[in-house]
Amino acid sequence: MKRSKQCYAQLNLLNRALIIVLVSVVLLPSHRIKSLWSVKEKNVAFEPYTETIPGSQVSFDMVPIQGGEYMMGSPSSEDKRKDDEGPQVKVGIEPFWMASTETTWDMFEIFVFQEQEKRLATESGGLESANIPSVDAVSRPTPPYLDMSFGMGKYGYPAICMTQYSAQMFCKWLTAKTGVFYRLPTEAEWEYACRAGTETAYFFGDDPADIDEYAWYYDNTYGGYEKVGTKKPNPWGLYDMHGNVSEWTLDQYNPEFYASLGDGVKVPYNVPTKLYPRTVRGGSYDDDPETLRSASRIPSNPRWKQQDPQIPKSNWWHTDARHVGFRIIRPLNPPAEKDIEAFWPEPIEDI
Amino acid sequence: MKNFEPNKNINRRKFVKSSAAAAAGGMFLSHLPVSASAFVGGNETLRVALIGCGGRGTGAAAQALSVKEDVKLVAMADAFRDRLDDSYENLMKKHGESGRVDVPEEHKFVGFDGYKNAIALADVVLLATPPGFRPIHFEEAINQGKHVFMEKPVAVDAPGVRKVLDVAQKAKQNKLNVVVGLQRHYQNSYLELMNRIHAGEIGDIVGGQVYWNSSGVWVRERQPQQTEMEYQMRNWYYFTWLCGDHIMEQHIHNIDVANWAKQAYPVKAQGMGGREVRTGKDHGEIFDHHFVEFHYEDGTMINSQCRHQEGCMNKVSESLVGTKGRATTDGATMISDHSGKTLWKHRGKNDPNPYQVEHDRLFAAIVSGDELLADAENGAKSTMTALLGRMATYSGKVVTWEEALNSNMSLVPQTFSWDANPPVVPGPDGKYPIPVPGKTKVI
Repeated sequence: MKRSKQCYAQLNLLNRALIIVLVSVVLLPSHRIKSLWSVKEKNVAFEPYTETIPGSQVSFDMVPIQGGEYMMGSPSSEDKRKDDEGPQVKVGIEPFWMASTETTWDMFEIFVFQEQEKRLATESGGLESANIPSVDAVSRPTPPYLDMSFGMGKYGYPAICMTQYSAQMFCKWLTAKTGVFYRLPTEAEWEYACRAGTETAYFFGDDPADIDEYAWYYDNTYGGYEKVGTKKPNPWGLYDMHGNVSEWTLDQYNPEFYASLGDGVKVPYNVPTKLYPRTVRGGSYDDDPETLRSASRIPSNPRWKQQDPQIPKSNWWHTDARHVGFRIIRPLNPPAEKDIEAFWPEPIEDI
Repeated sequence: MKNFEPNKNINRRKFVKSSAAAAAGGMFLSHLPVSASAFVGGNETLRVALIGCGGRGTGAAAQALSVKEDVKLVAMADAFRDRLDDSYENLMKKHGESGRVDVPEEHKFVGFDGYKNAIALADVVLLATPPGFRPIHFEEAINQGKHVFMEKPVAVDAPGVRKVLDVAQKAKQNKLNVVVGLQRHYQNSYLELMNRIHAGEIGDIVGGQVYWNSSGVWVRERQPQQTEMEYQMRNWYYFTWLCGDHIMEQHIHNIDVANWAKQAYPVKAQGMGGREVRTGKDHGEIFDHHFVEFHYEDGTMINSQCRHQEGCMNKVSESLVGTKGRATTDGATMISDHSGKTLWKHRGKNDPNPYQVEHDRLFAAIVSGDELLADAENGAKSTMTALLGRMATYSGKVVTWEEALNSNMSLVPQTFSWDANPPVVPGPDGKYPIPVPGKTKVI
């Protein structure tokens, strides 16, 4: 019961975001805006900005993505296309900022290790200004049993192997720290940002021969990921949308989802109700170019935890998803405080 | 179990014969009939008992219940009722529908001694308690004529290792299969790598490094009503008599890989270790870092490091240096020459889950009789290797294999009961006595 109610809130959150914000700005007394999930500033300039995680020297860059409409999915003529990429459907997207790179271990480890968060905060201006969320407000990953970078590199490299839940809890933590609502993109938002106005198989065209300039993939890596932002970006300034690591979206994976949508749906979102499969996008260092195409969809799989020897399995870590990371977005028009509260998921036990 | 392998009956006959011989030799407890085994009694379902119902034990049971052979979980034992109940509930969620979980209330055994009763009800026993109990549980299982899956490490002290080595011989004589949870031995990437190393692709191994550097594990808060014994049992990871220290509990995997590659066990070790960041009274007595040089008979030295510290370089892998090249499992499992050129790389995308393969192989071997899995001896010797490392870091001295293996220093408590004192107790400040290199005796 609890779950279905929550999903309703999530669905509405995205569709009603603009109205809610307008209402909340007009109606809510300003002191209420100071609570955990509220945004700092409603009338922010829609420009690129750099966010420094409070209580640390770690920062990331956010790129504005104008709203609009596009054809989600790939045409049946596209080489290597799979059935789950169609039928193409015209969808609307609300404006948002997207991180220019995948979330790095630099960012993610501050969330994973609270002691590290406190130490960094003490070193850079004091605990008070670090907005360290209480244990009750944000739950944190259990320490990983293994080295979750698998020797592929830490600082400047993409964080990997987290569950979608874990990535979402990172967003919750970051929201609490910054006062800005950060979340994962929907599949539709992700593809829109990846395409950057293009209609070709990749944002750089249809010919995978050009991929070396833009992407880390199986044939040009040693068998692991590379530092983020070391290839050319897409036309909107986003790096590694193709390759390096695949990226979590918010959606439950459903191969039939596009067929269920009518033209013009705004920010379609297939609200998850089951733990598997959920959707990652973009392909990785361990994939061949066809899986890196803008429209390619990758379902998560219980195999991604197969080497977790425990039952119940970890809510936080995918022992066998070395190819999966995520990047964050920030809607230009964030939802109201209560809808943000309702937005964060509860874990689904993985037996 | 509709289609038995053709040689199944032959195998049964062999089993009866060897069991009878063993029984005549007094190896079986007299009150347990040989027909306790399904393969003698003619019952076609393999009955499984789980001893130790934590997260890992539950995982092992789930894997045992996922094999293609006809199996059923019939008994469970744990020191704690709540752990057993959680485990049962999770196994019902996962395997309830298949009908493979059939553990009536009277087959759930709680406390220190329940394992004996649970073992008696089964053909195959899964041993997944904290490692301090492994030698007595393994001995009981083999004495009762059962096949065994047991988690690593298989002991925490030298008397325990010697017991497992003895029992391993009995298991082999009695044709009882034993799989040890050093699952790299059941993992394609490692199997392929070892084949290549043993075929000489990196030449003779002249050195190496093995690592388990991570950020540590769980801590369970002391509850007001707990006796000291219960507190330590709940926090078994932090007590050497239960866990062996993290050099044994986790790093054994990597140390075992070094032995496997060398096809030998070290003759001595020297090292250092201590408690640098995990120093509180919540952290028992174990170290948070160890660094050991393992010396092999041919002069090869392999360095081992393990660490439980947040915010540091983490790595769980092995690197072996040979006269012709280098083998690493760091990120990619690969072999390169000394100029760094990749000679071979394993692409493991669709490899089977080694934790499942362990059980697939075990149950197939039991049913078919085509092979006898006998991991206990290597399991005991790799346990001994990690213990040798711990002895070196706790003492700060050079410790030889011979003196370590022959040590009579036992960590087993005098009495197993909730109100008995465990082998270590906290001082007035709530902290436990910690080994001091240069002073602590380990032999």
